[in-house]
Amino acid sequence: MSKIWLIIQREYLTRVRKKSFIIMTLLTPVLLAAFMIIPAWLATMSDSAETVMILDESGLFAGKLEGKDDLKLIPLSGSLEQAKEVYRQTDNTALLYIPSISIDAPKGIKVYSKKNTSLQTKIRLENMLEKEVENQRLIASGLDREVLKNMKADISVASVNLSDEGEKDNNAFVTSGAGIMGAFVIYFFIFLYGVQIMRGVIEEKTSRIVEVIISSVKPFQLMMGKIIGIAAVGLTQFLLWVILSFVVVTGVQSAFGIEAAPTPAQQIAAGQAASGDDEVAGETATQEKNGASQVMTDTFNALGNLNIPLIIGCFLFYFLGGYLLYGSLFGAIGAAVDNETDTQQFMFPITIPLIISFIMSYTVILKNPDGPVAFWMSIIPFTSPIIMMVRVPFGVPAWQLLLSMAMLILGFVFTTWLAGRIYRVGILMYGKKINYKELSKWLFYRV
Amino acid sequence: MSILKIDGVSKSYASHTALDNVSFDIPAGCIFGLLGPNGAGKTSLIRIITQITGADTGEIYFKGERLRPDHIKYIGYLPEERGLYKKMKVGEQLLYLAQLKGLSKQDATARIKAWIDRFEIREWLGKNIEDLSKGMQQKVQFIATVLHEPSLIILDEPFSGFDPINANLIKDEILSLRERGATIIFSTHRMESVEELCDNIALINHAHKVLDGPVKEIKDTYKTDTFQVIGNGHLLITSPDFKVLEQHENHGIFRANVKMLNGSRPNDLLRYLIERVEVHSFVELVPSINDIFIQKVTETHHV
Repeated sequence: MSKIWLIIQREYLTRVRKKSFIIMTLLTPVLLAAFMIIPAWLATMSDSAETVMILDESGLFAGKLEGKDDLKLIPLSGSLEQAKEVYRQTDNTALLYIPSISIDAPKGIKVYSKKNTSLQTKIRLENMLEKEVENQRLIASGLDREVLKNMKADISVASVNLSDEGEKDNNAFVTSGAGIMGAFVIYFFIFLYGVQIMRGVIEEKTSRIVEVIISSVKPFQLMMGKIIGIAAVGLTQFLLWVILSFVVVTGVQSAFGIEAAPTPAQQIAAGQAASGDDEVAGETATQEKNGASQVMTDTFNALGNLNIPLIIGCFLFYFLGGYLLYGSLFGAIGAAVDNETDTQQFMFPITIPLIISFIMSYTVILKNPDGPVAFWMSIIPFTSPIIMMVRVPFGVPAWQLLLSMAMLILGFVFTTWLAGRIYRVGILMYGKKINYKELSKWLFYRV
Repeated sequence: MSILKIDGVSKSYASHTALDNVSFDIPAGCIFGLLGPNGAGKTSLIRIITQITGADTGEIYFKGERLRPDHIKYIGYLPEERGLYKKMKVGEQLLYLAQLKGLSKQDATARIKAWIDRFEIREWLGKNIEDLSKGMQQKVQFIATVLHEPSLIILDEPFSGFDPINANLIKDEILSLRERGATIIFSTHRMESVEELCDNIALINHAHKVLDGPVKEIKDTYKTDTFQVIGNGHLLITSPDFKVLEQHENHGIFRANVKMLNGSRPNDLLRYLIERVEVHSFVELVPSINDIFIQKVTETHHV
């Protein structure tokens, strides 16, 4: 046992002290934070103010349109030709021309500009005019704005789980999100560190140190030491990422006083709020903002109602179980080949179940987390780490969870045995082109 | 007393037999040559001794006990294919390998210090293996092999990768290790390279042991009572006690291989020669291990 411990230590320390590990560990949270913060930062940066000149021949909007900080309005008078001439002399963004129209048929409004008008400017102008026309029509029809406001309805459906433990709010979005997040991390981890195991074995083989090592320890000890050591590296990196991301994001937020990137819904609402010039738009924006905060509250409620300890427990179990199951197979591949280019043919059957389960997780499984496909894929050890992780937040019967875990443990024991048989023969085999037939023979070699 | 007793060891792989009922003893405190051509089964036998693989049948006894996993700490092994972790520092690597052999960290550190002083390689300790020259790497590997002070040191093709200077350094170290009580097994197909060093040998060919025993005894058994004479004059042997096997003459200098017959002694030949020619050199023609091997292998083939 003390020898396995020595091997684990070496595998762990040599990797953790590598420059690439340190850089990756430090840089990833920074990049992650940058992805979250830069869009938010850009959004808060106001663009340079635009100035639009207005020639209103109808007189409908006289004194009704108000400019904003980033959209200044300059009323003009005279003929269109004169106005165009005046506009040409300035650096202003555009010239809005409103011919003599009635509220009933507001047509023929044009925007002249030197360059193409941006869509945003056009929409803002349109909104501004629409609101004013609507307003005037309302007044003309004798309706009160207050009455209209009271007539607006805003309905959102809250979903509630009726289970034995009582009623619980749920949120399909949050539940799916939690599942997919866990599944993705497991998928990513198995690939990233599985390949590291394989490389480590190939390195020992090509540098020919393996014969020296296995004259001191059993090949199986060497293989397990490597797998466990690299698992520890992965966990360290994952933990550091979580902590550092948290530190960086909160640090930057407090330093710049900005929030993370708003959701698209919030952005639309904000856009409308900015474009609106009158009360209605403002009201809508407030409502939207209320809606957004409602979403946030719902999310937190739903998060609170998820069985977080169970999810984290399952995540750790499937995280390690899946890694160990595949890790030993990656180790066996490393032992069977002489260099990395030969690994392709053996990598294929290992990566297929992983990729399929990852694709299935957000296509089939999310739609029907309790269906037969989901059930079987979450029992079979090769797909269960990813599929079960997607299912757990939706609630899985205890017997299924236990069966799946038992199967994963059995699967891990089986692949480790299989890998151990291949490994002990493979690491001393050089210069031989290996195929599956050859590998299957190795299983029954007496060494 | 023998440090290692190999008793009827057989090992076969899917397609061929690597060892077929091989038995011999390796006396303690000697330098033992495990000789034979490539593919004879030497490395298979070594891998069984180092417990990398197991024998199909037969037993190996280490100091009279059946080979056990914990015996590996008494064995140092330098494989034919040399290698160390390329991206690991020399000091850490030596420490790691010594600890894997069961040495405590303190002991290992102290011994590493002694060896690096001996080989004057203190400034390498913090370097990665890949930054060292080939010769330096070999020194490090040799230190790694003997660091845990094994009582049995197995060197597979020991001089194949070493340059002459390092080879001599290693030879000296091996001799001093033997003086300190270690037993050394040389495994090589280049028999002439270890002939002068070995006290005992075993010859292996095609999975079978052909011959084993102390070098001197073997040579005595295989010597042919033939002497080479070089001298000035015209050599003409007519005595029935001596037989000229081969003779060349060049510028009045002759060179002849003469075999003793009818129980005659070397001095008889000398006396006979001195009366007739001027003798410059008189040496016994001792067969090399290589010759013995070839003779033995062709013999067994005829049988």
